[in-house]
Amino acid sequence: MGLWQSYKLRWRRKGWRARAAVRGRELSRVVDRTSAIRPGDILLFATERDEAVRLPYFLRYYRELGVDHFLVVDNDSTDGARDYLAEQPDVSLWHTARSYKRARYGVDWMNALLGRYGHGHWCLTVDPDELLIYPFCDTRPLPALTDWLDGAGVRSFSAMLLDMYPKGPIAAQRYRPGQDPLEIAAWFDPGNYRSLKNPDLGNLWIQGGPRSRVFFADRPWEAPALNKIPLVKWHRRYAYVSSTHMLLPRGLNLVYDAGGGERASGLLMHTKFLDTLGAKADEELARGEHYAAGREYAAYARGLSETPELWTPWSEKFLNWRQLEILGLMSKGEWA
Amino acid sequence: MTARLGVILLVHTAFDRAEQVARHWARAGCPVVIHVDRAVPRARHDAFARALSDEARIVFSRRFRCEWGTWSLVAATQAAAETLLSRFPDVGHVYLASGACLPIRPVEELIDYLAARPETDFIESATTAEVPWTVGGLHEERFTLAFPFAWKRQRRLFDAYVELQRRIGRRREMPDGLVPHMGSQWWCLTRETLAAILRDPNRAAHDRFFRRVWIPDESYFQTLARRHARRIESRSLTVSKFDYQGRPHIFYDDHLTLLRRSRCFVARKIWPGADRLYDAFLTEAAGRAGRAEPDPARIDRLFAKGAERRTRARPGLWMQSSFPAEGRETSVTAAPYTLLHGFAELFEGVEAWLTASTGARVHGHLFAPERAEFADGATVIEGALTDSAALRDANPKAFLTSLIWNTRGRHQCFQFGPRDDQSLNWTIAQDPNARIAAVTGAWAVPLFRSGRPAAEVRAEAAHLQAVEADHLKVLRSPWTAARIRVWSMAEVVATPAQALRSVLSDMGAPEAAELEMPRLVDLEGFGAFLQELKNQGMHPYLTGDFPTGPASQRAAPRPPRKPYVVREP
Repeated sequence: MGLWQSYKLRWRRKGWRARAAVRGRELSRVVDRTSAIRPGDILLFATERDEAVRLPYFLRYYRELGVDHFLVVDNDSTDGARDYLAEQPDVSLWHTARSYKRARYGVDWMNALLGRYGHGHWCLTVDPDELLIYPFCDTRPLPALTDWLDGAGVRSFSAMLLDMYPKGPIAAQRYRPGQDPLEIAAWFDPGNYRSLKNPDLGNLWIQGGPRSRVFFADRPWEAPALNKIPLVKWHRRYAYVSSTHMLLPRGLNLVYDAGGGERASGLLMHTKFLDTLGAKADEELARGEHYAAGREYAAYARGLSETPELWTPWSEKFLNWRQLEILGLMSKGEWA
Repeated sequence: MTARLGVILLVHTAFDRAEQVARHWARAGCPVVIHVDRAVPRARHDAFARALSDEARIVFSRRFRCEWGTWSLVAATQAAAETLLSRFPDVGHVYLASGACLPIRPVEELIDYLAARPETDFIESATTAEVPWTVGGLHEERFTLAFPFAWKRQRRLFDAYVELQRRIGRRREMPDGLVPHMGSQWWCLTRETLAAILRDPNRAAHDRFFRRVWIPDESYFQTLARRHARRIESRSLTVSKFDYQGRPHIFYDDHLTLLRRSRCFVARKIWPGADRLYDAFLTEAAGRAGRAEPDPARIDRLFAKGAERRTRARPGLWMQSSFPAEGRETSVTAAPYTLLHGFAELFEGVEAWLTASTGARVHGHLFAPERAEFADGATVIEGALTDSAALRDANPKAFLTSLIWNTRGRHQCFQFGPRDDQSLNWTIAQDPNARIAAVTGAWAVPLFRSGRPAAEVRAEAAHLQAVEADHLKVLRSPWTAARIRVWSMAEVVATPAQALRSVLSDMGAPEAAELEMPRLVDLEGFGAFLQELKNQGMHPYLTGDFPTGPASQRAAPRPPRKPYVVREP
C-alpha cells in the first residue's frame, strides 16, 4: 500500500470517527450502568428497534457465552423493548428517535459508543437476530477465545453471517419470547457462497446463501454481504465503515489467511427468517429506513409471498459448531 | 525416609489458580518455593503470600522483574532453587513449574516415579543443530550473538542489534568449554545436579555469558546439566506444546479426557478459566495411572494438526478465513474432476454411459449460457448450489470450487464447449485436479444436425471455432498443470474407442477388455456440410479432414495418429 493511499484511508477513518461523534449526540441516555464495567470485561454493542420478542433469548445467549455488559441503542421501539432493556442489570441503554438510515444503518451510533466505552475491551457488535458461534463454543466461553486471540496478538475475529431458515413457510411456526430461534430457523445453505477480495480495504466480500439464491438470483451483485468482523479488541481510533462488514484501519480486515492456511473464524447465525419477519418487512418497507431504501425488504415482502420457503433438499440442518467446521463454513485455525 | 520432591513455582498472574496448585503440591508433602514476578504490585503479592501463610511448606523467594526471553527468568529460578535447597535439605528432586502448570496425575505417583530413579535428571537437552523449534530464525545465534534488548518491548533495537552483529561477524565464545544445549524450560533435576550447577566454581563466568544469550531459560540449565548430571533423560515431565509462532498451546475443559489418557505428570498451559480441569485434577483420586509411563503422543497429534491447518488449508476450500492469494493455495479445487469438451456433441447418451461405467456424477454443460446443466436436470445440488446462470457468472470460480468442495467423495464430470462461459479456462488448465479431454471441432455437429443451411450458420461456426481456438491455446500452453488430452474430431470419429478409453482411465474406471461404446451420432453428410461452410468462405480447420462424398463411397481413413497428450502428470 502506497503512502498516498495510506494517507487517504487515515482521513477516511478520521471522517467516520468525526461522524460518529456528531451522530453520537443524537443518543440520549436511558440507563447508564457503564460504571460497572471492569477492565478486561467483554462488551456487547447493539442497536435494536421493536425486538422485544427476541431480546430475552438474545441476552441469555450472550450472558452464557461470557459477555459482561450490554450497550444498546434503542431506536424508538414501541413494543416495550426499551422498558425491558432498562430493567436488565447488565444493560446500559440509549435512546434515539432519529433516522437509522442517516446514522448509516446504526453504524455511527455504534462507533460513537465503541469509541466512548470500548477502548481496550473485546467488543462484540451484533444485531438482536445474530448469534455468535465459534470453535469450541460449547465448551469454551468467550473469554477463552479472547484470551487466546490476545495471546496470538490478533485484534479482530471473523464471523460470517449464516442465514438460517425454517423448513416450510417462514410464517408457519410462531416464535415465542425466550425460545431459541435456531429451533425454528434450523436450516442453512452448506456450500453456496462466493467471495472476492475488496482491494480497497482488504476485506473479503462474501455473498451467497438463501437470500442470494431466492431473492437476488437475477441481480447477484446486489445480494447482501455476509462477511462480518463482529469481535474486535477495540481502540478508540478504530471505526466500522459499513455495518460490521469492514473496519479501518484496514489491518483489522485481514481476518483471513492469504498464504494458503486457515485462520480461526466463527459464524453469526442469522435468525432473521422467523414469523416476525413478515410484519417487519412491511413496516421497514414503509419506513424506507433500511439498506438501499429497503431493497432487501422489498425483495422479502415480494419474495415471501411468491416463494413460500427457502428450504431445499440440499439444505443442512444445524447440529453444532463441529458440523459447520467440517463443512468449511468456519475454521478452528490452529486453536486445538 | 525417602528424599522428597520440591517444587519451584514461577507465578505472575492468575493467583487464585497458583494458590490452588501450590496447595495441591504441598498437600502431597512437597515443599514449594514460589517466585512472584516483581512486576506484580506489592499489594497483590502480599495478599497472595498472606493467603498461603498457613502452609509451612510454602515459602516465597526473592523477586525479580521477569521478561520473556531474558536472563531474569533464569535469575528468578536460581534464587528460588537456592532457597529451596537450603530451606529443605531432604529434597531429592526439584521440579520447575509455573502457575499455569497443572499436575494431572496424583503427585504421589510422580514422587514414586522419581524415587525409583533417584539419579536421573529429567531435562530436555539437545544440541542446537538438532532442534527444530526455534522461532524467529535464531538458532545457533542465540549463543554467538548478544541480546541486551527485550524482544517484546524493544523490537527495533533488538533486530537492529542482531543485524549489526551479523554484519561485523560477531561470535561470542562459550565459556569454560561448554557445549550449547537447548530444550523445554520445564525440568526436574536432582538435588545433586542442581546444586552442582549453582555452586559451580565458574558460575560467575557462566552467568555472565548467559546473561546475554537469547531465551536463556531454554538453555542455561539445559547446557549446564550436560556438565554436571550423572544420568540425563532428555525429556520434560511437563507436557507443553508450542504452536507455529512459538506460543504455548493452551488446555481447556474439553481436553480433560485427552489429558487423563496422556498419563503425563504435569501439563501446561492451562487456561485459568478451565474450572473442570482444575476441579478434576486437583482432587485426590484424579488420574490414577499407577506406574504407567507418560505418553503425550495423542496430545502431540492434536496440536500438530492445528498447526498444520494454520499453514495448509483444507485443499479446495475457499472461505471467510482462508482466501489464498494467487498461486498460494494448497489446491484450487478439493478433488479430481473431468472436463469433457465436445464428447456430448459427438456421442449419443455419453452422459448416461459415463455414469454407468465410472460411477461419476456426469453433468451437462455446467457453464452453458442459459443455466448450469446439473446431472439429471436438477435445479439445485449439494451445498444448495443452484442452476442460475446469473449467480454462477457472478463468480464462476467460486461456483466451480464450491461444486467440487460440496461433492467431494464423488468424481464430478461436466461437458464443455465454445458456447459456454470461458472465464475459467486458465483456472482449470492450471488445476492439477482437472482432467481435460477435448475433441476439437465438435461444435460443428449441432450446427450440422440443426439442418440449418451453411450460409445461415456460417457466422456462428466462425465464432465457435475462434473461441475454441483460444481455449486450445490455453490447453497447449506450457503453464498448464491439468491432465490434458486433445484430439481432432476426425481422429475420434476414426477410432472412437481410443478417446473413450482415455477418458475412462482418467476418471479412474477399471480397465475393461470389452467395452460397450456409446454410439457416434449420425454423421452422414457432415463432410458435405463442412464443404458448404468452406464454400461460404469459412474455414473449419479444427474438425480435421472429412471426405465430402457420401459415407458409402468414403475411402478407408488413414491410420490415426496417437492421441495428442499435452501433459501426463
